[in-house]
Amino acid sequence: MTGGVVVVGAGPAGLSAAVELRRLGAGPVLVADRESEPGGVPRHSWHTGYGLRDLRRVMTGPAYARSLVSAALAAGADVRADTTVTGWTPGPDGSHAVTMTSPAGLATVRAAAVLLATGCRERPRTARLVPGDRPAGVMTTGELQQRVYLGGERLAGRALVVGAEHVSFSAALTLAHAGADVVALVTGYERQQSYAAFRFGAAVRWRVPVWTWSVVRRIAGRGRLEGVEVADVRTGAARFVPCEVVVFTGDWIPDHELARLAGLAMDPGTRGPAVDTTLATSLTGVFAAGNLVHAAETADIAALSGRHAARHIARYIAAGLAGGPGAGAAAPVPVLVEPPLRWISPNVIGSAASPGSAASPPLGRFVLRSAGFRRGARLEVRQDGRLLASTRPARLIPERPVHLDAGWLARVDPAGGPVRVVTCAAWRG
Amino acid sequence: MTLAPADVVIIGAGVVGTAIARTLAAYSLDIVLAEAARDVGTGTSKANTAILHTGFDAKPGSLESRLLSRGSELLRGYASAARIPVERTGALLVAWTPDQVAALPSIEENARRNGYRAVRPLAAAELYAREPALGPGALGGLEIPDESVICPWTTPLAFATEAVAAGVRLLLSTQVTGVVSAGDFHELATARGPLRCRWVVNAAGLGSDEVDRMFGGGGFTIRPRRGELIVFDKLARTLLRSILLPVPTARTKGVLVAPTVYGNVLLGPTAEDVGDRSDTATTEAGLRSLLAAGRRILPGLATEEVTSTYAGLRAATEHSDYVISVDGRGRYACAGGIRSTGLSASLGIAEHVAGRLEEAGLVLKPRPGFSVSPPVMPYIGEAGVRPYQDAAAIAADPAYGQIVCHCERVTGGEIRDALASPVRPADLAGLRRRTRAGNGRCQGFYCGAAVSRLLAEAGIGAP
Repeated sequence: MTGGVVVVGAGPAGLSAAVELRRLGAGPVLVADRESEPGGVPRHSWHTGYGLRDLRRVMTGPAYARSLVSAALAAGADVRADTTVTGWTPGPDGSHAVTMTSPAGLATVRAAAVLLATGCRERPRTARLVPGDRPAGVMTTGELQQRVYLGGERLAGRALVVGAEHVSFSAALTLAHAGADVVALVTGYERQQSYAAFRFGAAVRWRVPVWTWSVVRRIAGRGRLEGVEVADVRTGAARFVPCEVVVFTGDWIPDHELARLAGLAMDPGTRGPAVDTTLATSLTGVFAAGNLVHAAETADIAALSGRHAARHIARYIAAGLAGGPGAGAAAPVPVLVEPPLRWISPNVIGSAASPGSAASPPLGRFVLRSAGFRRGARLEVRQDGRLLASTRPARLIPERPVHLDAGWLARVDPAGGPVRVVTCAAWRG
Repeated sequence: MTLAPADVVIIGAGVVGTAIARTLAAYSLDIVLAEAARDVGTGTSKANTAILHTGFDAKPGSLESRLLSRGSELLRGYASAARIPVERTGALLVAWTPDQVAALPSIEENARRNGYRAVRPLAAAELYAREPALGPGALGGLEIPDESVICPWTTPLAFATEAVAAGVRLLLSTQVTGVVSAGDFHELATARGPLRCRWVVNAAGLGSDEVDRMFGGGGFTIRPRRGELIVFDKLARTLLRSILLPVPTARTKGVLVAPTVYGNVLLGPTAEDVGDRSDTATTEAGLRSLLAAGRRILPGLATEEVTSTYAGLRAATEHSDYVISVDGRGRYACAGGIRSTGLSASLGIAEHVAGRLEEAGLVLKPRPGFSVSPPVMPYIGEAGVRPYQDAAAIAADPAYGQIVCHCERVTGGEIRDALASPVRPADLAGLRRRTRAGNGRCQGFYCGAAVSRLLAEAGIGAP
């Protein structure tokens, strides 16, 4: 294959991008996924609610995954499972030589553009530096769901869920489905961060308490998990909670290995590659979409992000492989956030690799995350002290999306300093 | 159940016991290797700093110095034949204070007295030229060019595989709980029934003092010293080229930062005396102190992800040297108190113990027509070609192109081979040590369920 697009990752973003690229006539599209089945995380997420904003109908995760795969195949994309992209080298003509491993052997594919849609994962217990023993029975939601929904495993005994955001409640549902007795959800925040209705349903159906202001401080058990020490973050008081399973949920990190190995500029907030509003990265012809650039949004938002990137990739290819990296373009303007905001995506305006500096971001808005609860928070967008925009007061909830309409983009000075998004007139709670 | 009598029973299948087993296996002896755990190499052997030491900093004139120097030379050759991952990264010993700078000449002199002459001083500018990511404030140091990193898991596994191929009977889950000696035989009480033998070699690591007391010894007591370690993400690997050593104190070699043969960065160890011989838990204070040390040595580590944390126990004793003794009349040898250099010295210790056994009356008659040759182990390092990178291997067997563990790029073919190997894993941790499957940054988010299924299909359950 030459001249087409290699999409890395056959999850909602990658598959949706493939459909759009084919529809726009961007040439051959190869979607490589390292798992044995394409579809990404929804494959093993059994609850409903998928497809709302991209397909305009609601279904379970596996049905949604199948639907996306069928659409990509019907559109003429070459979707390859068991295929790991191990690296790539940019060619002198602006194309990319992508290397991959599969049971069919090693292959190098030359493409006009690359879309990284490698998604995100939950940080495990080790990355969170939870000390103690190293018994079996400690896992993430991703592993739990694959064990239960793909492997048909039963999990007996008491289970503790670390986290109290959407995915944490999803883990609790999965545990209950697998036969475990969910003792509690544990969160260091002052309250849970999921939709109230979801929590209400879970609490009523399984009577799962949420232990707020609490952290798991130690794991105990030689061989098998025996329990964990749960401490109150305000007082330090700790108690031992016997359990056989503990699931670390949320705390997402993009799967950014390929992006970093390729030397893409990274955003310190999202920890994914820095992307402009066209989802172009710092390297010409390389784009990134989905939860690699905003970990983690819902699957439909990831899908729409993939579709957005596809339109700009098609435009990039149609324009010819114009220039090398940075040719003739102004230096990109970074978009920075200040605490309690943690990150914003996209996070660059007018990257060197993309001519469309004034392009609208996916869904016409930026997405942000807050590290704390705030009421009446107004977001202000400033550049070099100049106020570009100010939002109406809203509520910030950790792990939940905060949206910022992109109407101010045209007012950005391409030669100016960084754009800063700050929180004003907010109070805790 | 009564087990057939043996000429020699080696107690403990850690790196020292397996090395002794493969060394004695060259002779006409019926050998049993008895291990309390379900797998080989599960104690101190699996959880250490994974460094192949030159012995430059040993105590001159000590048995440890001699066996370390000899053992590390033997192991370099063995590793290359057996495909045990080794990388000769060299080490830089970094002085951060004027006192530490003042100690450098004596460390250099000490190395010479150990017979190691390649140590050379480095000015601060040279340190930073070698290691641009080194934290500010380094005043000078020493280069030890032959210090290397090694795979601590493949090493005892290779020794055990070689021993088993040579006819050694490996008995796992066989803890020795007592002994009755009468006439020409010892009768060992084990978890799997009595075991008669003429000679016993004690290589029981953290339990070596207890075994020694069964044989009327008692000259030493194991005082376990816990070392906690942090493994950083592979994306941190570009931060350094060499092993970065601190200036040692009287108590410990201190906290080092080292590359690993798997492409990660290792930070540790702490040194803490603990009462419990099985307490390999990490602690909040231990991890915090390591992170603080790591940030000073290599500030770039601060923004990198931690892939894994673990703790190992060194078999320290009240003696500063190894406790190696052979009693001809009692037909008993002890290789105990092998503190933290056992991996590097293992083949030297084995050679020494074999020689001492022969002097004490064990007949070492070469087996006719038998030539010792290291087994060729599955390669799990980053310096060589692994199956997923090997077009010929994949063409011959597509299972080597099917990556199951994505973080560590372990293929279905390698997992299948490990599950069918002569010294096969007993659990998921054993499979991880043989293949790296599940050892990566996601810690099972992607492959945990699939790998567990493969284990279950092979009849290996959870612990």
